[in-house]
Amino acid sequence: MNGSSGAANLQLDASGRLRHFLTIEGLGRQTLVDILNATESFAGVSDRTVKKVPVLRGKVICNLFFESSTRTRTTFELAAKRLSADVVNFNISTSAAASKGETLLDTLRNLEAMHVDMFVVRHADSGAAHFIARHAAPGVSVINAGDGRHAHPTQAMLDMFTIRRHKGDFAPLKIAIVGDILHSRVARSQIHALNILGVSELRVIGPRTLIPTAMQSLGAHVYHDLDEGIRDVDVVIMLRLQRERMLGALLPSEHEYFQLYGLTERRLAAAKPDVIVMHPGPINRGVEMDSAVADGPCSVILEQVGYGIATRMAVMSMCMQMLTPEDQPA
Amino acid sequence: MSTPAGISIVNGRLIDPANGIDAERDLHVLEGRVLAVGAAPAGFDPATVIDARGQVVCPGLIDLAARLREPGFEYKATIASETVAAARSGITTLCCPPDTDPVIDTPAVVTLIRRRAKLARRARVLSVGALTQGLKGEQLSEMAALQAAGCVALGNAQAPLANTLVERRALEYAATFGIIVFLRPEDRYLRDRGCVHEGEVAARLGLPGIPAAAETVAVARDLALAEHVGAIIHFRGLSTATAVRMVRDAQAARLPVSADVAIHQLHLTDHDALDFDAQCHVTPPLRTLQDRDALRQAVREGTIAAICSDHQPHEPDAKEAPFPATLPGISGLETLLPLALRLVQDGVLDLPTAIERLTWGPARILNLPYGRLDPGQVADACVFDPEAVWTLDPAAMASAGKNTPFAGWELTGRVTHTVYEGRLVFRLGT
Repeated sequence: MNGSSGAANLQLDASGRLRHFLTIEGLGRQTLVDILNATESFAGVSDRTVKKVPVLRGKVICNLFFESSTRTRTTFELAAKRLSADVVNFNISTSAAASKGETLLDTLRNLEAMHVDMFVVRHADSGAAHFIARHAAPGVSVINAGDGRHAHPTQAMLDMFTIRRHKGDFAPLKIAIVGDILHSRVARSQIHALNILGVSELRVIGPRTLIPTAMQSLGAHVYHDLDEGIRDVDVVIMLRLQRERMLGALLPSEHEYFQLYGLTERRLAAAKPDVIVMHPGPINRGVEMDSAVADGPCSVILEQVGYGIATRMAVMSMCMQMLTPEDQPA
Repeated sequence: MSTPAGISIVNGRLIDPANGIDAERDLHVLEGRVLAVGAAPAGFDPATVIDARGQVVCPGLIDLAARLREPGFEYKATIASETVAAARSGITTLCCPPDTDPVIDTPAVVTLIRRRAKLARRARVLSVGALTQGLKGEQLSEMAALQAAGCVALGNAQAPLANTLVERRALEYAATFGIIVFLRPEDRYLRDRGCVHEGEVAARLGLPGIPAAAETVAVARDLALAEHVGAIIHFRGLSTATAVRMVRDAQAARLPVSADVAIHQLHLTDHDALDFDAQCHVTPPLRTLQDRDALRQAVREGTIAAICSDHQPHEPDAKEAPFPATLPGISGLETLLPLALRLVQDGVLDLPTAIERLTWGPARILNLPYGRLDPGQVADACVFDPEAVWTLDPAAMASAGKNTPFAGWELTGRVTHTVYEGRLVFRLGT
């Protein structure tokens, strides 16, 4: 498929290094491993008394959020600050620009005039980050912090990092992703990442209304039965279920969803004994999973949040160093 | 001694599918009408002689769906700008869907469009009236008045009728006057907020999908109602293999149903949108290769009797946004003929059939007296060089809308002359 290479080419420079980070799809295994290794090196920074490195000193990073977000925006902001960059936040959904009818392109041009070096973008439309990257001035990087249902690549990378910390090698792993795959940008990015990193088996589990048609073409086996789907898996990734799914006639009730797809300790017993349970947050307790699982020994959910900062530091510095090699830290 | 008048187009390969002609014949035009085909009548002294050696001479093209954006959307295009583009493209008859602003639901709008087209003098613009007032799907439009004002058909444009009873009444009332109804079949609930075909590409890009069933459910409903009330219906812009099969079956059962397809559906698929290319955002969406092949087969066998441009010129801003936020549509007049000729190169159609689907095919659907070159007929003709190779540069397009996914395509076949009502309205290089 030539089209995917178009999207991938946009985020790589001529020598194959990251200049934007828009999607996992189309990236090579080595690029993902490089991100994981860089994350490893930045993970130590948070444990220091002075939690800063001068990697992006003098750079201006703009968080451009067209959709509300607390934790993702905060981790991007902290990541940028730990890299010593200057950070400006624009929450356009609530600000004047959108309500005054300014186009996305005009917003972008105005902010570029303030000499922003990097945009971190979240938008409700799939393809928004690609659109901005295509129109950004040369030398300006774009990081996708979630676009519609399409991609959330930094979330996927922090999930990969969490898995690697616990499991080491990806090759033998069986992994299940449970829930609303159809509407999930996180799931799409995870599926690409896990396939590129070469897991042994990837499963998606959910009712047919929440699984896209042509799912097989993305390289995942579809299960509709949770007990069957999590048998012998090493990792269970639960997805958040949005309340509005009930309104769109996709599901009858949270109650029935929990009965069929809610993760309980009893059900988790079918997985490998050393299974880990992940969730991109925020959790709906009693809908996607029991509190006993969320807070239990298998849960690595809070760890995921912690790795979010290091992952974003890694991606930001990789994109920016490509652009200004003389700024690379010794 | 008489002054020279009229046009002779000589030495060309004349293809007139309505009369089964594909031979080297001269075409003589006088006072807006075809004077003769073959030898010039004694004493005919044309003011203009066009040497069409190596070229094809055919009836002027008839486009069943071309939005000219006037009235209401003059910032996108105007009747003046788009009829220039039509003349350059060999198109002499354009059918304008009713989704102007105001909607074509009163004779006044029909009259306005006709007057503007008369001023432009480049192509004939026919109006398709709205089936319901304001295209809202609630109250019937004044169909008899619209017919009297010159509407050649009534249609729902891109606003599917939600209410089945309203649709039944609309078809029934239209049938009273023998008016053909243009239906773009789409179930609005199944469409939801979709913007690409529901399939592999939608799954990968996370774009909301429009299932093939959004079309087939509507086709089934429309066919059932049309059969029930005895209406004459025409499906606009089919996009799915299943809909093609349903229409084929209905035609086999002798229902008065016809269909057209937008030319881009015969060349592109959903995979062309894989890098979020907003130029590939169209309604109905680009579908699969299987659908494309079924549409091509339907054009070949005649189940789909007309190929149209589905011309939708836009201002640049309409496509400058993330894919779901862009407006659907392609500025298609100037690629209609070359992309139809590409079907000949691809071995899908022979040249006379390709021309038939652009001339006599659409004319028959609307019972128009155009699209053929018999002596006495209105003289609309197109002369093109079937071997000319050129590359589409949007900036060089005559249409006010430069929105096309075919930018940079190498196209074969270029219009050199267009004759509309006996006048030369376009000559390449002038």
